[in-house]
Amino acid sequence: MSPPIGFTLRRRTLLAGTAAAALTHSMTRDASAQTAEAPQPVGPQTSTVTLVVNGTPREITVDNRVSLLDALREHLKLTGTKKGCDHGQCGACTCTVNGERINACLSLAVMHDGDEIETIEGIGQPDNMDPMQAAFVEQDGFQCGYCTPGQIQSARKVIEEIRAGIPSHVTGDLTAEIAMTDAEIRERMSGNICRCGAYANILSAITQVAEENA
Amino acid sequence: MKFNSPVETNLFDDAKIIGKPTQRVDGPLKVTGTAPYAYERNDAAPDALYGYPLGAAIGHGRITAMDAEAARNAPGVRAVVTTLDIDPLEKGMNNVARLFGGNEVQHYHQAIAVVVAETFEQARAAAARIDVTYEEGEAADLDLDAAFRRVEGSGEPDTLFGDVDAAFRDAAVVTDQMYHTPGESHTMMEPHASTVDWSDGGDMTVWTSNQMINWNHQSIATTFGIEPERIRVESPYVGGGFGAKLWLRADAVLAALGSRAAGVPVKLALPRPMVMNNTTHRSATVQRIRLAANPDGTLKGIWHEAAAYCLPGGRGENATAQTPIFYAGETRRVKNHVLDMPLPETADMRAPGEASGLMALEIAMDEMAEALEMDPVRFRIINDTQVNPSDPDIPFSDRHFVECLERGAEAFGWAERNTSAGGRRDGDWLIGHGVAGAYRGALVLPSGARAILDGGKLIIETDMTDIGTGSYTIIAQTAAETMGMSLDDVEMRMAHSAYPVSSGSGGQFGAPSSTSGVYAACMALREKIAGNLGLQDPTFADGNVVSGETRMSLSDINEEVSAEDAIEWGDFQDGYAMGTFGAHFVEVGVHAYTGETRVRRMLAVCDAGRILNPVTARSQVIGGMVMGVGAALSEDMALDRGRGFFANHDMASYEVAVHADIPDQQVIFLDTLDGVATPLKAKGVGELGLCGAAPAVANAMYNATGIRVRDYPLTMDKFIDQLPSI
Repeated sequence: MSPPIGFTLRRRTLLAGTAAAALTHSMTRDASAQTAEAPQPVGPQTSTVTLVVNGTPREITVDNRVSLLDALREHLKLTGTKKGCDHGQCGACTCTVNGERINACLSLAVMHDGDEIETIEGIGQPDNMDPMQAAFVEQDGFQCGYCTPGQIQSARKVIEEIRAGIPSHVTGDLTAEIAMTDAEIRERMSGNICRCGAYANILSAITQVAEENA
Repeated sequence: MKFNSPVETNLFDDAKIIGKPTQRVDGPLKVTGTAPYAYERNDAAPDALYGYPLGAAIGHGRITAMDAEAARNAPGVRAVVTTLDIDPLEKGMNNVARLFGGNEVQHYHQAIAVVVAETFEQARAAAARIDVTYEEGEAADLDLDAAFRRVEGSGEPDTLFGDVDAAFRDAAVVTDQMYHTPGESHTMMEPHASTVDWSDGGDMTVWTSNQMINWNHQSIATTFGIEPERIRVESPYVGGGFGAKLWLRADAVLAALGSRAAGVPVKLALPRPMVMNNTTHRSATVQRIRLAANPDGTLKGIWHEAAAYCLPGGRGENATAQTPIFYAGETRRVKNHVLDMPLPETADMRAPGEASGLMALEIAMDEMAEALEMDPVRFRIINDTQVNPSDPDIPFSDRHFVECLERGAEAFGWAERNTSAGGRRDGDWLIGHGVAGAYRGALVLPSGARAILDGGKLIIETDMTDIGTGSYTIIAQTAAETMGMSLDDVEMRMAHSAYPVSSGSGGQFGAPSSTSGVYAACMALREKIAGNLGLQDPTFADGNVVSGETRMSLSDINEEVSAEDAIEWGDFQDGYAMGTFGAHFVEVGVHAYTGETRVRRMLAVCDAGRILNPVTARSQVIGGMVMGVGAALSEDMALDRGRGFFANHDMASYEVAVHADIPDQQVIFLDTLDGVATPLKAKGVGELGLCGAAPAVANAMYNATGIRVRDYPLTMDKFIDQLPSI
């Protein structure tokens, strides 16, 4: 990606230190950065990690820069987890790490040695769908389908989070049991964008599953 | 099949599958993550390497030098192609800016290089090491408001009917206001992406994410100067389009160039921050609307003048699209100005024209109703028309706009609405209600398909795409219905250039056109089966073909029978105005202290002919309403006028509606029948849900606060100073 137009760092806004120096170097593209003599990285550029993916340990050797998302999609060929923005803005890459949902694009694979990762492929298959997957089909909780695996991952966790008493921005009484309200579900699902606008149907699917296993 | 006259009764009037709520046939693949999108074709191109693009870092000008040496020497890099390495490529269909080649920069983030490397990380890092020297073009005036003022009143009107000047001079009530809509970005969830195998520079295979297989196929042939027969294009799953993927874009072009240079298949997705400025968007508009009314509420004059920007040779956004036809009126003057500006390319986005035009016109209608002290629902009903008001000899093929308004008012509880602007409160929230009319043209395009009966299975082949609209499902329904078979008997094969050319997906023409094409193919198949069996006018029902005493199961026909046909639209349709109609009703709460606006409930009533599948059609409409909430309250491409690019080019700063923004939504389909439109008496509905949704929010916000904002999006900074004092 090119730097923004005419972007020059105002030095007085920078903190002193190595981070600032590194930024200046890459963003201003001074003369030394343009030569073929690129600065060489220090230390190993790859790491070997074991991810326990959908219950199966998978040892991979990856470039240290590989995100968890790309480790899943490009190294393990599990393409059900989607790349919508690669910047933690859209939620399409939501998957579960050690039982908690995260944006896989915002995490490096090398940070997850030994972690339990659950992807959409581990939840259910076309002829053996998980109740949430089946509810999404039943309620038409998607259109193009690209945000859908992330929505389903979040949806399953939202029910658990509410039941575990984890409060959200819209939770009123922090000492009372949190009710499974539309507002709670909508708030907690708001990190997962659906540009096709299936939100109302996604809410129906989540509510259906929550009621089925109440 | 030629569609040469309005259809009377046919098999769809006694339908068992069409029109019935039907779950998506591709649903299980999508919810399990097993539907392969363009960047995920490990089944077809498992060894594809990684392409990464570089975008221009100036608004416009030219490149004087590029040094790619460091990138070429970077770890893992297999090829680098810069825009200086090749002559400008020919432009494909409706491409305004060229996609690659040459030293000219026409807009920010125009593609200027592609790096192919063994890993994504290597390609990305190497692309950042390409050094580019630019010569910036002359600063351009990017002030659309000022540009509108310069051209206002000039040029021949696009529509002129009656003595407009006299009407406005003599009218009892006149309104006259300026309205602004911002640039909007499609922001589909899957960025533009392609995997291309052009390893030997010979035959090319393109696995891409595109709404229009045939247009894309032809454009690739034009762009690279190779025979269409040597190109194969597939796009079985598209992660949203909304118009952004109608045309060939840089993802496919760069992947192809990278593939040829590296001698391997290459996959490339546009990085999200590059999508907004590299690809197309909906132009901002400036609109002046003057309305003249008689004391009884009938419109005496409609005067709509608008402007949008585009690169030279482009089309901009025609915000006046609906104005010649939507409402009755004794006189009318309509003019749209398309103004050249060196900005990223503008082109179609969902309901191009009407979406932004109605954002202004439906506020204007609300303002006139208020000036007349008339119920805005009643005001719209009074100004209904059953003929094209700018060409009164042309009747509408089928129009139930009044029924949309009446049914909606009833279902929404319009009678209990707040009737004094700013006069209703619920705690800290000001409560308001708004209505808006919806109109979108009902275009149809030629569309073909092949139907194959093979051992009791019905295979449908067509290059039609499913961009989330439900094409797989409604086409399977159409085929099963026509052949008297069950949905489970149908196998869908779509979105491949080897299949018959369809309408593709866009402009809400996909559903009516492609189902008609499949109907034509299935009728041809029926004829062939009848001929093979020597049967006269047989019927097809319950998996059997029946004629007189003969009854045979289709699964007992051993040899494969295949038929191909296409729907062609007769000139008789030119004698009608074909459109879809609707009414949106919205309740909002506006926080009395902060100006935060929350939509509380929404209702849409739609008149779009036969609804082929109420499940997928409803999803289309609620999705359009969601996009309308974004258009009303948050979506805004922020133009840096000094540098000529859009600054908020990612999904954090270009704000589309999220879960928490969307309340209870209701949709009512009138389920009308339009025999002029298609053999299935169906029209598109995918864009209607967006048309009018945003102005209904705007009108509700005015009703809540008494503050009229005519500049979208209706963010609190535009009116917080006018809120009642605390």
